[in-house]
Amino acid sequence: MNGFSWDWAFAWEVLPMILSAAKVTLLATLLGSIFAIFMGLVFALLRRSPSRILRNSIYWLVEFIRSTPLLVQIFFLYYVMPEFGISMSPLMTGVFALGLHYGAYLSEVFRSGIDGIEKGQWEAARALNLTTIDTYKDIVLPQAIRPMIPATGNYIIAMFKETPQLSAITLLEMLQVAKIIGSENFRYLEPFTLVGILYLVFSIVAAFGIHQVEKRFPKEGFTLK
Amino acid sequence: MSTPIIEFKNVKKRFGDTTIFSDFNFTVEENEIVSIIGPSGSGKSTLLRILMTLEGIDGGYINVAGESLWHMHWQGQYVPANSKHLHKMRNHLGMVFQHFNLFPHMSVKRNITEAPMRVKGVSREDAEKSAEKLLNLVGLADKANSYPNDLSGGQKQRVGIARALAMKPSILLLDEITSALDPELVDEVLDVIRNLVKEDSFTMLLVTHEMYFAREISDRVCFFDKGAIVEEGKPEEIFISPKHDRTKAFLNAYLGQ
Repeated sequence: MNGFSWDWAFAWEVLPMILSAAKVTLLATLLGSIFAIFMGLVFALLRRSPSRILRNSIYWLVEFIRSTPLLVQIFFLYYVMPEFGISMSPLMTGVFALGLHYGAYLSEVFRSGIDGIEKGQWEAARALNLTTIDTYKDIVLPQAIRPMIPATGNYIIAMFKETPQLSAITLLEMLQVAKIIGSENFRYLEPFTLVGILYLVFSIVAAFGIHQVEKRFPKEGFTLK
Repeated sequence: MSTPIIEFKNVKKRFGDTTIFSDFNFTVEENEIVSIIGPSGSGKSTLLRILMTLEGIDGGYINVAGESLWHMHWQGQYVPANSKHLHKMRNHLGMVFQHFNLFPHMSVKRNITEAPMRVKGVSREDAEKSAEKLLNLVGLADKANSYPNDLSGGQKQRVGIARALAMKPSILLLDEITSALDPELVDEVLDVIRNLVKEDSFTMLLVTHEMYFAREISDRVCFFDKGAIVEEGKPEEIFISPKHDRTKAFLNAYLGQ
């Protein structure tokens, strides 16, 4: 009945290894989120550019990224880009792929957040002769961010749960490490269970954190100095 | 006669299939206060919005302070204005909106200092000093640190006026500034405008449904209908002895005579 009975001693023995792999998972998620938020904002703003060509190109780029599997994008960045002289570590490739993929999704969240700002706000900004940059920076984004928080948070949690895909390019994240432990010891129950529990714990903590951020975020937005 | 500060020449404006102006001509002299009255949908607000560059035009020319608003000279040709030109032209103009359009995430003070600081590069200290003066002028000195949502409609609109004045426009556009207010709050806003024109000379263009106010404050009243000025003249002429049947009908309906 090997594998069907839970072995506490083995679980404790492998936990440190899995926890240290969790750091890689969290790092990939953190850097991926930052990059995704940045790319999402860039996509969202370019979608509002006065140039129709630019708007349309970004629209199709975002559609393309959203409509192709993350794994294909990861493989492409890791195995194909080096042929064009661009090679990155598994972690950087992962951050780049996650950021690009989720940036495409986030751009829609940001776009609808920006669209949610009343027309009167834009008109007042123009009547006061604010530049486009100042209008976004001081008027639109400070008011648009709060409604964007829940959906953005959901995508970041979704991204976190997709990090195991990075095992396909040899990144030693949690699942990959658990698989290695399992195959070395011929016991998969404990490592995989631990990974599942860690994902659950991190997701719940993150969801709670995002909810707190939303709750504490000033309702009207904030003012830059 | 001096050059008019605002001049519309053969202006055309459409919204989709709806023509607002087919061939609109209109002038305003410097320091003249002009009220525009008329039924809704007659293009009154559009006129102000075009001047504030919130709406473009589909034909014709507009001059503001001797320069074309929507066009500019470029390599010897007359071409549609670029954003830099519009930015320059907007400095002549200020606008107060029907629905205030205050920035809800900014304090009253910051609503007023934002544009002078960002657009004109005024230091925070100077901007706040003049914001204080403006708040005194509109009777809200004690509300500098309040937020728009804590104010009554009348107070909001007085902040709206202070915010527009902070940019020191030579032309002030007032777009139905009391239409969204409860009747008992209308006078506190109109009083601000009354004081304003007493203390300083302004070119002012106001779209309004406050007939008594229009009569009292204006140098000239224009009755608008279907994108054209049907009748214009001194307030007494329009309100006491209107010549045109449509003006008469409108005023009768409005003043309940």
